[in-house]
Formats: sequence, structure tokens, C-alpha cells
Amino acid sequence: MAYEGGGDRGKAERFRAAALPYLDDVYTLARYLLRNTADAEDAAQECYLRAFRHFETFRGGPIKPWLLAILRNVCRAEYARRGALTAVVDNLEEAENKSDGLWSEAQSSPETETLQRLDGESMQRLITQLPGAFREALVLREVNDLSYREIADVTGVPVGTVMSRLARARGLLRAAWLAEEKGP
Amino acid sequence: MTCEEADVMLHALIDDELDAGHAREVETHAAGCARCAAQLGSYRDLRQALRGGGNLRHTAPASLRRSIDRAVPSPAATDRRTLLKGFALGGLLSAAAAASVTLVVLREDRDQRILSEAISAHLRSLQADHLTDVLSTDQHTVKPWFNGRIDLAPPVIDLAGQGFTLIGGRLDFIDGKSVAVIVYRRRVHVINLFVTQGVGSSLPGPRMETVQGFNIRRWTDQGLNMLAVSDINREELDEFGNKFEAAARAARAT
Repeated sequence: MAYEGGGDRGKAERFRAAALPYLDDVYTLARYLLRNTADAEDAAQECYLRAFRHFETFRGGPIKPWLLAILRNVCRAEYARRGALTAVVDNLEEAENKSDGLWSEAQSSPETETLQRLDGESMQRLITQLPGAFREALVLREVNDLSYREIADVTGVPVGTVMSRLARARGLLRAAWLAEEKGP
Repeated sequence: MTCEEADVMLHALIDDELDAGHAREVETHAAGCARCAAQLGSYRDLRQALRGGGNLRHTAPASLRRSIDRAVPSPAATDRRTLLKGFALGGLLSAAAAASVTLVVLREDRDQRILSEAISAHLRSLQADHLTDVLSTDQHTVKPWFNGRIDLAPPVIDLAGQGFTLIGGRLDFIDGKSVAVIVYRRRVHVINLFVTQGVGSSLPGPRMETVQGFNIRRWTDQGLNMLAVSDINREELDEFGNKFEAAARAARAT
């Protein structure tokens, strides 16, 4: 038992050194996905506990996408607990299949319009208002700084879908941004 | 390139995810299309504003950091069952996703791409009822079938005596090229062995990898690149590779 304990300690140290530097990344994604501070903290904590238990199955390479994939699973369980799974996930697919709405507004808006600077808080709010799949792709790209391949792995969709989601996310964000400038 | 294609591709250009050829295509299109040039400029601005305009990151509260630190390692409170269920689901999702990875325009580590395409091809072969183009347990039927269909002669070896049943062959695509696939079965598991023309560099020895829960063994044989994918465990797949290599050597010796 003493030896096993020693092994656990070694594992725990390796885990801490590898995974803890990404806590802000994990917490940030949780904030954007769950849109709630307390839930985000719980999700980040659960993510790290799962990651630690399954640390043996981590096959090397960048650990950030691996952690974010676990976090995403935790968040999906949280959606289910809230009973909001349909609201969050199905609406994504719907939003994706629709080609009208805000997305086309973004395209038809005058191309010369330039975006005013917004403060960080306003930007965060606009991103938080994006539909789930688009928000997720955008945050993984612009905030967590993942490559398309990594986003595809984390979200379990093909790379082509990542690319189109990002295009839509930016279109929606740009439209919301311009609307914000015009005021209510 | 149409405007519709450019609408999506320009994002990959902004994100520096396109290879040189496709980047040039998007840029050439934008150079001749005012609308797309404006889109490109506008999304570059958006990107700039996002990256430079304010902090989009959140900082984890110190209390959270402490409580995670305390909880690792946590021998108690482990409900393995629910955990495993969660992870099994994750595996399924990524397997389904891998099955439909079709985009090859993105620049990424070529090696990783080949691995993920091999897994996609493996999954396709299981799902689409397209495991074999030539169905035969006889190596002397399978080997000549490749003649004239592909510019290489894959070694087709009967390993039934060693517990790996040859069930046929087919053509598939990896990395934009035709590849020969020799299909084996071990109990209920399928092993797809992809054979491609080597590009000069030969591996010093076999390489085992696990990607998305699948085991992969790669080795080179007489200038051919061999890549075996299966859901059988590492040891068995390695055993398959070793037996295949031994049999290939023996066949050459006779």
C-alpha cells in the first residue's frame, strides 16, 4: 500500500504540473458554456477530478484540448441536469440549419461599417449571447486559442463543421456588435 | 472559388489554417471581388478587436484553485460507473465525428492527418458495409485483384494459422491518394491494413499509437508504408504486425 501511495503521489505531482496551468482556460470555457459563475466553478472542479482519475489514459500531446474535452462533457451533463439539454444542444443544430436570421443580416450589412471599440465586458456579454455551438467554437478559437483540428477533437465534429461554425459565430457576433453601436 | 465558398474559407485564412495553395485561392478571389475583400477586411477587424480590445478570459478564483489542489489526489468519492459511462459516450461521439472527417484543405500535422484519415477509413469500412471490394480468404485471389487497380503490389499474407483470418481487400483513400487495404478478422474485430507507397523515409521499427481509442501499428516493408488499424488491444495488434512481418520475410526468403 505504501508503494501504491507513493505512485499516487507521483501521479498527483505530474498531474498538477501538467494540468493546473490550464485552470484559467478550463474555467473560462466553463463560464462561457454555462453562463453562471457558481456552475462554472463546480464544472471546473469536476473536470479536474475526472482528469486526474483518468490521467493514465492521457496519451501525451498538448493537454489543454484534453482538459477542455473533459470540461465539455461535464458541462453537457450539467445541461442535462438543468433539463436544458434540448434548449442548449438542439437549438444549435436548428440554428445551424437555418440560413436566414442574423447570419444573413451580417452579410447584408454595409461592408464599410467599422466596429467601434467595445470594452471587454461588453464583448464578453455579446459572446455569451451567441447560440451554444457557435459560442463554443468561437471561445475555443479566440479565447482558448485552439487549432481547428483541436476544436474538432474537443467538440466531436468534423473540421469542416468547425470552420462553418466559426464563420457563423463571427457573422452573428459582428451583427450584434453593429447593433450594439446603433443602440437599442 | 465562389463567394459562398470564400465566405467560409476566409475565416480559415484569417486563422492561418489554410495551406499555401488554398490561401492563395482565397486571396486571389478577394482581389477580384469587392464584396469578399470587404468581408475579409471586416472579419480581420473583428478579430483584431477581439484579441486586442479587452480581456475575454476569466481568471479562476483562488478558492477554486485551492479546492482543486486539495482534492488531488482524491481516493474517496469516486463513482467509477458513471464516470466510465460518460467517457464511453465521449468515445462514441468522437468516433462518429472521425467517420465524417472529409476536409483535407487544412494545414495540420500531416502525420496526424494520416492517422485520423486512417481511422476515418477504418470506421467507414465498418459502417457503410464496404469492408471489401474483393471478398476472399485466399491470398492468391486477393493479391492479383490489386493488379492494374493500384500502382503497387501489396503483400497479401494468409495468417489464418496464427489467428488472423484474411477476409479480403479493397481500395481506399488516405491523404488524397489511393491505398490498398488488406482486411483481416480477429474474432469479431476487424483489422484494416493500409498499404501505401513509401516516400523514402523508413521507420527504424514498428510504431504503436492509440488515437481516439483505436490502436495503430505502423511499419515499413520493402519501401511500402504499412499501417494497421483496429479496436483490438495493443498487444494483439502488435502480435498481428510481428506475425505479418515475419511471414513477409519468410515469403521473400523462399
